[in-house]
Amino acid sequence: MVEFALPANSKVQPGKSHKAPAGAKRVKTFKIYRYDPDSGQNPRLDSFEIDLDDCGPMVLDALLKIKDEIDSTLTLRRSCREGICGSCAMNIDGTNTLACLKPIADIKGDVKVFPLPHMSVVKDLVPDLSLAYAQLASIKPWIQRQSPLPPDRETLQSIEDRAKLDGLWECILCFCCQTSCPSYWWNSDRYLGPAVLLQAARWIHDSRDEMTGERLDALEDPFKLYRCHTIMNCTSTCPKGLNPARAIGSIKEKLAERTF
Amino acid sequence: MTSPTTNRPLSPHLLNYRWPLTVLCSGTHRITGVLLSIGTVLFVFWLGSAAYGPAAYDFASSLFGSPIGYLVLFGFTFAIYYHLCAGTRHLLWDVGKGFDLATCAWSNYAVIGAALFFTVVTWAAALVF
Repeated sequence: MVEFALPANSKVQPGKSHKAPAGAKRVKTFKIYRYDPDSGQNPRLDSFEIDLDDCGPMVLDALLKIKDEIDSTLTLRRSCREGICGSCAMNIDGTNTLACLKPIADIKGDVKVFPLPHMSVVKDLVPDLSLAYAQLASIKPWIQRQSPLPPDRETLQSIEDRAKLDGLWECILCFCCQTSCPSYWWNSDRYLGPAVLLQAARWIHDSRDEMTGERLDALEDPFKLYRCHTIMNCTSTCPKGLNPARAIGSIKEKLAERTF
Repeated sequence: MTSPTTNRPLSPHLLNYRWPLTVLCSGTHRITGVLLSIGTVLFVFWLGSAAYGPAAYDFASSLFGSPIGYLVLFGFTFAIYYHLCAGTRHLLWDVGKGFDLATCAWSNYAVIGAALFFTVVTWAAALVF
């Protein structure tokens, strides 16, 4: 259901403030969501003043600088620092994106950093992704065949069939789109969400997969698929420039073609 | 979803997001849909008053003819046209057209602009004739 206010235990309190070192010329303030599960207290918003002359260009650089030099308890997921692992997905400046791909220079005013929206927070910027992973597993994201695989060579695709997967295979499963979708916020227990549906489309459109009918059967449901109302926030937020809304639309088209 | 075994907080969502225009258009589509359902009750009230007798009909007409009545009817007209225009865009999306962000960027304005245009034209025609 639609909800506006956060639950009592989730309301964000004012937090600590860390001043810039003396002599810093280009100071930028980072306001970062903090939640310590061991404290028993509500989340808080800490502010950190960073000297941009002594920091890398991306938001991730600043977060790691804070963790290394100011507050080592700051907790976040990160790995590749080049937009291919999808670990550092978070809400920066009001939009979900990857911290490693977001230039600090693109942000006017203070840099606000929050965990992915409407998720259960494990600690600081780390949300619990178990539900999204379970939903991904539910669409069986692997190739399924009924006929045996050719014993002596790969399963080949025509250039045209391979092209149908462009815009789908590039997804890195960062769940920026999943957690930007208001429909997913209100119905995450039943709606699969844009990231998982894009993965479903990736296998539905794969010429080598032979379970297309079963895959469509599994999605033909008022909630799993049709809670998508083309709000387009998934596509607006995707840090890889993909279009989950179009992928979901393509599944709806397949189902319509099958019916009529 | 908050985990049942822990007291984990829910991360901020609706009021912490910077909404693109597509989201506001989608929300307006829903809100106008709800308003149209409510507005239908007013329409039934007007029809009912006509069936009830001249006095009741005069009363209903005076309500709709008051400045507040005009304002409600103007809003109702806009809701109809907005829902129609945004619904047309939904039909185009349903056949796979116009999903890219560049197209959405101008189709947002096309939907809002067309709804306003039809509303103004309808009222201009209604007030002139």
